Amino acid sequence: MPLIKCENVSIGYEGQTVVKDLNFAIEKGDYLCIVGENGSGKSTLVKSLLGLKNVEKGRITYGDGLKQNEIGYLPQQTDAQKDFPASVYEVVLSGRLNSRGFHPFYTAADRKQALEKMDLLGIRDLERQCFRDLSGGQKQRVLLARALCATKSLLLLDEPVTGLDPIVTGEFYDLIRRINRESGIAVVMVSHDIESAVKDATHILHLQETALFFGTTEDYRKSRIGKAFLGGVQDGNDH
Amino acid sequence: MEMIIEMFSYPFMVRAFTVGALVALCSALLGVSLVLKRYSMIGDGLSHVGFGALAIAASLNVAPLAVAIPVVIVAAVLLLRIRGNSRIKGDAAIALISTSSLAVGVMVISMTTGMNTDVYNYMFGSILAMSDEDVRLSVIMAVIVLVLFVFFYHKIFAITFDETFAQATGVKADLYNTLIAILTAVTIVLGMRMMGALLISSLIIFPALTSMRVCKTFKSVIINSAVISVVCLVLGITVSYVWGTPAGASVVMVNIAALLLYSLIGLIRNKGK
Repeated sequence: MPLIKCENVSIGYEGQTVVKDLNFAIEKGDYLCIVGENGSGKSTLVKSLLGLKNVEKGRITYGDGLKQNEIGYLPQQTDAQKDFPASVYEVVLSGRLNSRGFHPFYTAADRKQALEKMDLLGIRDLERQCFRDLSGGQKQRVLLARALCATKSLLLLDEPVTGLDPIVTGEFYDLIRRINRESGIAVVMVSHDIESAVKDATHILHLQETALFFGTTEDYRKSRIGKAFLGGVQDGNDH
Repeated sequence: MEMIIEMFSYPFMVRAFTVGALVALCSALLGVSLVLKRYSMIGDGLSHVGFGALAIAASLNVAPLAVAIPVVIVAAVLLLRIRGNSRIKGDAAIALISTSSLAVGVMVISMTTGMNTDVYNYMFGSILAMSDEDVRLSVIMAVIVLVLFVFFYHKIFAITFDETFAQATGVKADLYNTLIAILTAVTIVLGMRMMGALLISSLIIFPALTSMRVCKTFKSVIINSAVISVVCLVLGITVSYVWGTPAGASVVMVNIAALLLYSLIGLIRNKGK
C-alpha cells in the first residue's frame, strides 16, 4: 500500500482549475521530485497533500501508517521568521506538536526526539542559539529537524534550497539523500533545479497543469519530455 | 513611602492599579504573538472601534461595556478575516475601520451630549474611570487569558512561528487566531477607558518589542514582556498620581524609556560578541 495515492485529482481556486487529472503514488522509501515551471501548480499540489486545500475532484488517500498530519513538511521561509526570537530547540521541538493532540505539554520522549534529530543533522551545538541569528543553511537544517520530528515516514520539501549558496545547497542535497537511504523515509521535493532532481530522485513528476510525466527517473531521462527539459538545461549550462 | 501609603488609601487608585496591572499582563502576553505575526495595528484599529461603541452606548444611556465588548469582538474577527482573504489589503482595511468608527463616535457625541470631558476621557484615558464592575471583569479576563495561554502555549508558539507548518501538523490555526483576536478585543475594551482609545494599543506593542531587543527565546520574550508591561504600568500610574499627569500618556512615557533602555542593552550585548 502506498504512503500517498492521488487518483484523478483536480485542484483549483474559485472555479479556476490549476492542476487536473493527476494520478501518482508515493511508496515507502521513494524519492520523488516534483518539477515544472512557475505557476504549473506545484505549490497548489503541496497544499492539497498537506490537507490545507480541498481537491475539486478525485481522491488523495494516505496509507502504510501515514496520517495526513504526520507529513514532515519543510515550507518556504516566511518574512516573519527573519526576526523571530526563538531558540533552535524551541523550533525543533514544535515539530512534535502533532503527537500531542489535545494534551498541552511535551513529554520527556518528545524532548529526547528533538535532541536526537538535532544530533542527526549536526546542529546540536546550536541548541540555545537564536533562530534569527543563524545562516541560511543552518536555518534550513533546523526546519528540517523540525520536519523530521513530525514524521516517521515522509518528508515534503518545498523548494528547500532557495537562497542558499551552491556549496550549502550541495550539502543540503547530500543530507536529504542520506536521510532517504539510511532511514527509509520517503522524500517528496518540489524543485525547479531539474539537474539535481534527476541525480538523486528515484521518481519524477513533471507538472504542467497536469502530469506531463510520472515515473522513474530512468524512464524520465529516456522520455521525450524529459529529454527536451534536460537537454535544455544542459545547453544552458554549456554557455 | 508615606506617599505610597496615601496613594493606596484611595479606593479609586487601588482599582486603577488592579485593572491596569491585569490589562497590562494580558495585553503583553497577547501582544507578543500579535507583533510577531505582523498584526500590531489591529490593536490600534480595535481601540478606535471601541471608542465609537462607547460613544454610542453613552448616548443611548446603556452600560458601556455591554455594547463595546461585543462590537469590538465582531470587529476583531472581521479584521482577521479581511487579512486572510483580502480584496482590500489588511493595513488599509484597519485604517478604514478605525477612522470610520472614530468619525461615528464623534458624530454621535456631538449630536447628543456635545464635545465634553467624556470625549476627552475616552480619547486620553482617566485614572478615575474604573468601577468595581471593571475590577471584577478584569480579574475574570486575566484568569481566562492566563489559563488559555499556559494551556495552549506550545500551539500559540507554533502558529506564531509558522502558521502553515502548524496547520499541516493538524493545529486548527483559524481557531486560535480567532481566540487571540477575541481576547485582544476584550483586553482593549477593558483597558481603553483608563489608557485612552488613542494610547491603549501601546500596551500591546511596547512590551513585546522591548523584550525582543534582548531576549533570544520565545519563552523569555513572553515572560519578560509580561513583567516589563506590569512594571511600566505601575510606574506610569504612580507618575500620573504624583505629578497629576494623564494616566495613559504617563504609562506610554515609561514604556518608551524601557524600550530605549533595552535597545541600549541589546546594542551593548551585540557589540560585546
